[in-house]
Amino acid sequence: MEKRVYLDNAAATAVRNEVIEEMLPFFDIEFGNPSTVYDMGSRVKASIDDQRAKVASLIGARPEEIIFTSGGTEANNLAIKGIAFAHRKKGDHIIIGATEHHSVLNSARFFERLDYEVTFLQVDEYGLVDPQRLKELIRPETILVSVAHASNEIGTIQPIAEIAEVCRDKNVFFHTDAVASVGNIPIDVKELGVDLLSLSGIPLRAPKGTGALYFRKGLRLMPLLHGGIQESGRRGGTENVPGIIGLGKAAELTLQELPQKIRHVKVLRDKLVKGIIDSVENIKLTGHPENRLPGHASLCIQAIEGEALVFLLNSHGIYVNTGSACASKALKTSPVLVAIGVPPELAQGSIVFTLDMPNTEDDINYVLEKLPIVVNRLRSMSPLWGKRETVQAG
Amino acid sequence: MYSEEVMKHFAQPKNVGEIEDADGIGEAGNPVCGDMMTFYIKVKDGILQDVKYKTFGCVAAIAVSSKVSELVKGKTLEEAKALTKKAVAEALGGLPKEKMHCSNLGAEALAKAILDYEGKHGGSLSEMQPKKKAEVIERYCKCGMENPTEAAFCMSCGAKLGQLS
Repeated sequence: MEKRVYLDNAAATAVRNEVIEEMLPFFDIEFGNPSTVYDMGSRVKASIDDQRAKVASLIGARPEEIIFTSGGTEANNLAIKGIAFAHRKKGDHIIIGATEHHSVLNSARFFERLDYEVTFLQVDEYGLVDPQRLKELIRPETILVSVAHASNEIGTIQPIAEIAEVCRDKNVFFHTDAVASVGNIPIDVKELGVDLLSLSGIPLRAPKGTGALYFRKGLRLMPLLHGGIQESGRRGGTENVPGIIGLGKAAELTLQELPQKIRHVKVLRDKLVKGIIDSVENIKLTGHPENRLPGHASLCIQAIEGEALVFLLNSHGIYVNTGSACASKALKTSPVLVAIGVPPELAQGSIVFTLDMPNTEDDINYVLEKLPIVVNRLRSMSPLWGKRETVQAG
Repeated sequence: MYSEEVMKHFAQPKNVGEIEDADGIGEAGNPVCGDMMTFYIKVKDGILQDVKYKTFGCVAAIAVSSKVSELVKGKTLEEAKALTKKAVAEALGGLPKEKMHCSNLGAEALAKAILDYEGKHGGSLSEMQPKKKAEVIERYCKCGMENPTEAAFCMSCGAKLGQLS
């Protein structure tokens, strides 16, 4: 096989073998419908409940506070729409972070069309929101605040406990999109004090199309999918049983191995960042220098464009991500980079590395060998190189 | 997402570089939009003896620059001026829809380089004037943003900038 160094684990991960093995019997042996009463069904129902307990354990929740979903996007939709519809009588004002994922942003925008009002909470140069500023924005008619726990694009981790406290004091529901953080850092919903939290199977190395929403016990939530009484009536439709089994197993393994994973990816990430600073001039690291995901590195490289960089690294077998406008179908610069004040021209050279357990020191050495070559090649043909002011690394 | 021909030109772009004593220089796009290219030409007896360029941009922008240089090198100025965006895209085996306008700036930058040459050399400038005027792009966007003269798209709102007729 050709050399492959995969550093885009925020986008997708390799599913763990233990997870695949756990799932397999549920395709053709234990294939009963969990809603049926005979043993083939009740055994599957019991297995689903086991997984619910495992996912709950990972985030310090109770099993009955977990709703399985088709992933982070559905969990975010269910949180925003579920609260906004169920609590319309209480108010019609929603506050979300300025750097939220599209599934939060567009769910909130959807309510603008239903005559709700949406306010955006701005972030500083590191992508951090200010809980005091939030306090000023909350009004009597505010029903929901949603701020992501961590950013997949710049790695910054928000002061979620402080934000949750502000919301609690003001009697407003607080949701956090923790898709980027669950599986990468320890999470306890009770310590964080959140009312709702979205997670995805991807960082746990479970299959795509798996995820869950935590909702604090007793919270009133309108379902998105009306149907049978699956997920206690909060999500109709026959369960994605193999997916749920995979998510549960992955959650169980993650809970056991998280400290080891954090150490592993952090060492590699620090080596990667230091190596890039030493070998590529005129770069700007993005996101918070300390309060960031352990396996996450993000930067902007001056005078080159991210899509070309991604393709050229691809030709060397290196897989990374970019927030460049040219790499997005909409041809828009990443809203996160705009929100933290990166000049649009520099934002074009955005590159994001997300690491996971399968990555090795060899992977990092290989990237550090190829990246300067690729950058120099693109710069040598860039009309902007040598012509513009330099940026400070850091 | 890209054709084989695009990937070939991206992997090994032809004629990259600058011409120090260029007879004409033309620039199109702007870095805020993500794509910008500068074309350099050397002209002798009405023929494009040499064509070079520097490009900041995505895969499509780099492939377009390379393809344009390949298509017009050795051609007459008239032939080069007749090159359209559509013809460049076709020669590359097609471009993704969203890249057609933003990244397909090679023909425009080349046309500006030829205009620059003709301006300096008197040449057929008078007959060129009406046609070339149409290629000067309005700097002020409807949103009120003042853009660099070479911007094809507004730096603030991203709208395509209108052209003077």
